[in-house]
Amino acid sequence: MRRRLTPYLLALPSWLWLAAFLVVPLAAMASVSTQTGNVVDGFAQTFSFGNYADALGRYSTQLVRSLLYGGAATLAMLAIGYPVAYWIAFRGGSRKSMYLFLLLLPFFVSFVLRTIAWGFLLADDGILFGTLKGWGLLSPDFHVLATSFAVIAGLTYNWLPFMILPIYVGLERVDPRVIEAAYDLYATRFTVFRRVVLPLSLPGVFAGVLMTFVPAVADPINAQILGGTNNTMIGNIIQVEYLTNNNYPTASALSFTLMAVLLVGIFAYARALGTENVLEAAAR
Amino acid sequence: MHAIQLDGVVKEYTSHGEVVQAVKGVTLDIAEGEFFSLLGPSGCGKTTTMRMIAGFEEPSKGTIRLHGQDVTNVPPNKRDVNMVFQSYALFPHMNVWDNVAFGLKQKKVPAEEIKRRVGEMLEIVDLVGREKRRPREMSGGQQQRVALARALVNHPRALLLDEPLGALDLKLRQAMQLELKRIQREVGITFVYVTHDQSEALTMSDRIAVMKDGLVEQLGDPRTIYEEPATAFVAGFIGTSNLLTGTANGGVLKVGGGRVLVPGKEGEVTVTVRPEKITICTEEPQGELSIVSGTVTEVVYLGTYNSYAVRLADGVEVTVFQQNAVDATATAERGDSVWLSWQPQHSYAIGK
Repeated sequence: MRRRLTPYLLALPSWLWLAAFLVVPLAAMASVSTQTGNVVDGFAQTFSFGNYADALGRYSTQLVRSLLYGGAATLAMLAIGYPVAYWIAFRGGSRKSMYLFLLLLPFFVSFVLRTIAWGFLLADDGILFGTLKGWGLLSPDFHVLATSFAVIAGLTYNWLPFMILPIYVGLERVDPRVIEAAYDLYATRFTVFRRVVLPLSLPGVFAGVLMTFVPAVADPINAQILGGTNNTMIGNIIQVEYLTNNNYPTASALSFTLMAVLLVGIFAYARALGTENVLEAAAR
Repeated sequence: MHAIQLDGVVKEYTSHGEVVQAVKGVTLDIAEGEFFSLLGPSGCGKTTTMRMIAGFEEPSKGTIRLHGQDVTNVPPNKRDVNMVFQSYALFPHMNVWDNVAFGLKQKKVPAEEIKRRVGEMLEIVDLVGREKRRPREMSGGQQQRVALARALVNHPRALLLDEPLGALDLKLRQAMQLELKRIQREVGITFVYVTHDQSEALTMSDRIAVMKDGLVEQLGDPRTIYEEPATAFVAGFIGTSNLLTGTANGGVLKVGGGRVLVPGKEGEVTVTVRPEKITICTEEPQGELSIVSGTVTEVVYLGTYNSYAVRLADGVEVTVFQQNAVDATATAERGDSVWLSWQPQHSYAIGK
């Protein structure tokens, strides 16, 4: 009897942890999202689902913009990250672990500091553009900071390792003999990649997209530091509503809306990629 | 016309700054339609040799010809040979049909012909009705046959097999040995078979190259390799063998309190004799035989035969297999003094 309970007892702390720090706050937030009132007189539960419609009506622009920026950054990360992961996995040789370490090195510096550093880099008269303008290679009114490009570039930079690592793991798991077999069966280098390596690395791509798209969409820091006033994302709005306006119901409703949109998006994405395929390959 | 010719093929690797020769100069001619085995212990260079024939490794020296054409530097996807991998290396994301059709699609064979040839091949390897299965939904033996079909469907000039039966259990392995032999006869393609299993090589091969330390020790048909081993290594690696060393005088070797007849040999010589060629008896035999005597130290009952360990007067241990008689009683017991004898033609003088 005791023996049968042991695994559950061992898992109990993590269950309690999840309950205390995930389920309870989520439930509290769900409750807040349908309350009305203000911070002075207090909030009361009125099941006002209108909060959602109201929040969405006011901030749909930012929500759509977040999804677009997050999507664009994810695509950019995929385009940059896949070749890097491929190169480390197949050409890294004995230096693989060093390359992976280099990839993680930026994490030793705070996320916010790194983004501010990007702000310096992209500044109109910063080291990069200032110098280029000084040489007359760029027109004096050229600017990148406070554009959507700067925000997407920042997101891409900040989350890139989370794209590369899962793809690397996926590629590492491809049996080199299977690749040799494809060559042996007259496939060209390109065909080997398209018909064998790429499909077998899709579980890694799936994980990478998941691990980057979700945080990129919700991220407030990049828009705040690199985006100026015209590139506000949903993360910034939630932050302002919560911390500045003390409008907890609207902030909570927006958070839940974002979560729902992301979940639907992920399931649609899994469906489009063929979950069966992905799970099957992952279970291999 | 030879299907495959290796001429002075050498493969060198650099490992920790040192040059290691995995293959030290192999010259082989493999005939069209032959079942040829590369046999040897791990690290003998047999797999490297095969990978050079397939094109996965480039020889450091020497040339490789397929049907007279020099392919030494031709990449694997342009070589008309196919390989069956040790772990099968099936495409895990494709079903059986797509696995088998892969090579033909790359060769841009018309769809109608692909359909016909894949269908025929699946019939040969007895996998009809399983076209839609994924590799991981199949047993080891079935995966094995998919791997075989995937390679053979392309009608390669030669099929290379890298220990293809290694992962199967004994019963299945024996069944697949006969199956492979049947398929080879049916399709008439040259098979080059890499194995460390001597009985497998003896069962299936037309000829065997026994390899050791990157060199071919002996090349011959199974009978010659077994009955007339050229070196002590071959004698020991193929089956069980007894080695007797001594100085020959007038064609007679004095060992173990007896004599071994080695017609025409003089001086230091080592001879080998197979355990099943030796007769064991309790009375001194007569005639033009090699005769030694000793004491039985062990008798092991092995079903169809008994295995005796006999220590000769000079301390050398000799193994003797004796077919079980009708009443299945042992000729001698532990501790008995016995005579061992065999026909002169059953001992072979071997090189070092």
